[in-house]
Amino acid sequence: MASSLIGSRVERKEDKKFLTGKGRYTADINLANQTYAYFVRSPHARATISKVDISKASNAPGVVKILTGDDLAKDKIGGLIAGWKIVSQDGTDMKCPPHPPLANNTVNFVGDHVAIVIAETLDQAKDAAEKVRVDYKVLKAVVNTGDAMNSKPIHDGIDKNLCYDFLLGDKGKTDEAFSNADKVVKLDLVNNRLIPNAMEPRAAIGDYNPSSEELTLYTASQNPHLSRLILSAFNAVHPEHKFRVVAPDVGGGFGSKINAYAEDVVVAWASKKIERPVKWVAERTESFLSDNHGRDHLTHVELALKNDGKITGIKVETIANLGAYALVFATVTPTYLYAPLLIGPYDIPAACCNVKTVYTNTAPTDAYRGAGRPEATYVVERIVTEAAKEIGMDQAEFRKKNFINKFPHQQCLVHNIDSGDYNAHLDKALELSDYKNFENRRSQSSAKGKLRGIGFSTYLEACGIAPSAVVMSIGAGVGLWESAEIRFNATGNVSVFTGAHSHGQSHDTTFAQIVGEKLGVPIENIDIIHGDTDKGPFGMGTYGSRSLAVGGTAIVKACDKIIEKGRKVAAKMLEAKPEEVEFKDGEFIVKNSNKKKTIGEIAFACYLPGTYGDIKSPLPEGVEPGLVETSFFDPSNFSFPSGTHICEVEVDQDTGETKVVKYTVVDDFGTIINPLVVEGQVHGGVAQGIGQALYENAHYDESGQLITASYMDYTMPRADNFPEFKLGFTSTPATSNPLGAKGCGEAGTIAAPPAVMNAVIDAIGEDISMPATSEKVCNALQKNKKNKEAA
Amino acid sequence: MKGFNFHSVKNVKEAKKLASGKSAFLAGGMTTIPAMKLRLALYSDIIDIKNIKDLSGIKVSSKSLRIGATTKHAEVASSKEVKRAISSLAHLADGIGDPQVRNRGTIGGSIANNDPAADYPSACLALNAIIHTSDRKIGADKFFKGMFETALKKGELIQTVEFQVPDKSCYVKFPNPASRYAIVGVYVAKYKKEVNVAVTGVESVVFRCKKIESALKSNFSSSALDSVKISSSGFNSDIHASSDYRAHLIKVLAKKAVAGCK
Repeated sequence: MASSLIGSRVERKEDKKFLTGKGRYTADINLANQTYAYFVRSPHARATISKVDISKASNAPGVVKILTGDDLAKDKIGGLIAGWKIVSQDGTDMKCPPHPPLANNTVNFVGDHVAIVIAETLDQAKDAAEKVRVDYKVLKAVVNTGDAMNSKPIHDGIDKNLCYDFLLGDKGKTDEAFSNADKVVKLDLVNNRLIPNAMEPRAAIGDYNPSSEELTLYTASQNPHLSRLILSAFNAVHPEHKFRVVAPDVGGGFGSKINAYAEDVVVAWASKKIERPVKWVAERTESFLSDNHGRDHLTHVELALKNDGKITGIKVETIANLGAYALVFATVTPTYLYAPLLIGPYDIPAACCNVKTVYTNTAPTDAYRGAGRPEATYVVERIVTEAAKEIGMDQAEFRKKNFINKFPHQQCLVHNIDSGDYNAHLDKALELSDYKNFENRRSQSSAKGKLRGIGFSTYLEACGIAPSAVVMSIGAGVGLWESAEIRFNATGNVSVFTGAHSHGQSHDTTFAQIVGEKLGVPIENIDIIHGDTDKGPFGMGTYGSRSLAVGGTAIVKACDKIIEKGRKVAAKMLEAKPEEVEFKDGEFIVKNSNKKKTIGEIAFACYLPGTYGDIKSPLPEGVEPGLVETSFFDPSNFSFPSGTHICEVEVDQDTGETKVVKYTVVDDFGTIINPLVVEGQVHGGVAQGIGQALYENAHYDESGQLITASYMDYTMPRADNFPEFKLGFTSTPATSNPLGAKGCGEAGTIAAPPAVMNAVIDAIGEDISMPATSEKVCNALQKNKKNKEAA
Repeated sequence: MKGFNFHSVKNVKEAKKLASGKSAFLAGGMTTIPAMKLRLALYSDIIDIKNIKDLSGIKVSSKSLRIGATTKHAEVASSKEVKRAISSLAHLADGIGDPQVRNRGTIGGSIANNDPAADYPSACLALNAIIHTSDRKIGADKFFKGMFETALKKGELIQTVEFQVPDKSCYVKFPNPASRYAIVGVYVAKYKKEVNVAVTGVESVVFRCKKIESALKSNFSSSALDSVKISSSGFNSDIHASSDYRAHLIKVLAKKAVAGCK
């Protein structure tokens, strides 16, 4: 029974509640005596504030309290933090401006928080918010990534608006590779700014209990323990032991719910001040304005080549836009999560990357699904495609010539790749996509008046962000291990506590499959519990495709401890030595005998350690009662998923409208626990990646107003924008965790943008930037036509 | 959303009686309700006209097609009568918004709102529509005045939209990828003595493109438009499409529409 659970297409245990509208999100929680909060936000991208006058608003009907940055400062509530310290190439630390949860005397992006208005109803809070008078002196905003370093500083003391000037790699060796190159290929690339758009907008409820002096924060978070730590240690909202953070059902995160946000700090603190619950739920436009955004890079890349097609070096210069402030993962995303991946799955002996990260008067950016790796993969896969064209080699052959072939492989930048077989997934993708007949399909499209193009993306990513020793040595403010606790209950069912957090990743099902497999318990009898700091041990949360490789392994380790304790108890009951007892499919069996006990019987015995009537289960000497085990797992390395995506597009020659018409994916995620879940993750990721390539773009005007602040203007892709995705898998298990799992959550967003853009550029014969909107494509087609006529 | 009085009325007379400077008629509410939620529109009274029976329904004769003001887009899109009389109109209705919008939004609401990128105004202009209101009849050419502005007076209620059945017609829309409103929509309708070409999404209000009409009048074929030049002067320009791109699309879509006329 149990042996079939790993790799089996188990339907999601969580589907029933979500598909019948019974999910319980933060906005669904209503507490007795609750108040409603509305935030006064800056309408200006950059301004100084001389006065916040709340006198008229305070007298508005229903108002309970209005709090501003002054109140926050008086109570010594700390600012929001950047969690990862990056050091510039000159040895100086990165520069971060103060980031008070409510503005002190400056605001730095449209949507920046100025005051919280708390009232008996939401409408009353909104009415009163309209009466808060803020005296702004509007200053010239710095908006564009490329302008930041040439503009006056927006924060005092941060010269050139530069957070840091980061260098990774051996510059001398790379320059040498370029001077010995037969050919050098160059590209300038834009990685467009995106807005994550989780289906559930952010929400937070602060609930202070004046009797117990306990503070509870309900919040749509990907990592409640980390939020509690930050709010306790840095914001000084409440001591950790009296502070509970609950992230109940959370409807999508994509990185936008990693941060401990200003709203979390303010509603928690405000609840203490008024001794009533304070509830805030973001409206969609607030999400557009104030959720952390993603990407926003300008990059120049050069690739050194030999005439035979061998790549000998890569050189990258990037300017990354942090937005107005530095958030928790914001500084590591364009550095250590980006630069090491610029080598891709290729055996490139020399590489060097410089990243200048700048402040602007736009919403802060942070990790967004893929976090650094989509940006890197876009650079590598675009330049590799150009290089193959330059050399005149087939895209697949050129890649194969340069793939890493032997494992483990120490890359010239950071990573030591433990396992992989890149030819395997490329070959399988060529077959699944019917690559050999592409030219026929191109002719068929042409007959319909459409231009067809094909694009490749062979990616390598680093998942699981761990081990702690490594990440802390490069500036992480925390270790990135994961925890699990297994409570085997007396009645034979199992409660599993994980420090990972599911906000769409199907942990309830996947983790139950792992425990069911390990302990031989039916998955109906296993409950996965997460998202509440009062329930399980401290955990690091979910991001960076880490839940299975790191959190799943902690569960495996805790299961192993349960089995080891069970073996001792079983041995005593079966009158055998522990080493004579084997555990298989939920049963402890004495070798070469028919003597056995089920794990349920053993659990029961652990809770009734003595003799009472028919029950005869005294525990062995030295064994404690109960069957509860905890494990903290810190892996030895990142995991390294890889894969090949092949995209085909059709372009309407008259309008420029571009459609993805065929999309093939072959991923190597190592061991797959539940293919159904993994396919869902890949579908979602590819959809988001195609979204970046063809549709999505956060657009600020010159004054710093966000033009794409609703679905009227921000193009979220919809189901009719996609063809059916064709999926396949290859597998080389990871060696850094016992499951062999590599991580699948972000691969789609990492691989898809270059696959799509390479296809678009193949179709139209011109280089264009993301998103490839109809007008851009149309203009490129006309340019191409003129160039051809001139030639 | 701020508070308001809600009235559900059974007939036009009752609706008119309740109307004031601070009221709004509510049919599908596809624009009114979001505007209220965003506090862009404030009304003291909302007069729900969905339950007025006479306002909904489709009637067809050999020369005209009459559609009641509260008839939903989905009803127009799936109506056999509409498909038989003016199939392009059913096609237009089928391309408005998404299924949710099509099952709530109404033809009367769409033209009373007169969004510069809405689809129905182009149909009204191209198909020589007469808008029957509670007070009078208004020709489509006099109805659409400016951005979100119509000839309707306060408290005047659209009852029926009467379209003149053409010999053949076609509507081609290039949707905004985000909102699915028209970046450019071109409605071509051919009658015995005239050709009407109405364009939406391009200026502050729907208009007829005389240049294309005159080219088609002498030669009703796509190739007749090859030499037509559309100036982008005065056209809308935004993050989704520049004025030049809109000018380019008018011609592309007009050619497709002529070719697709049936």
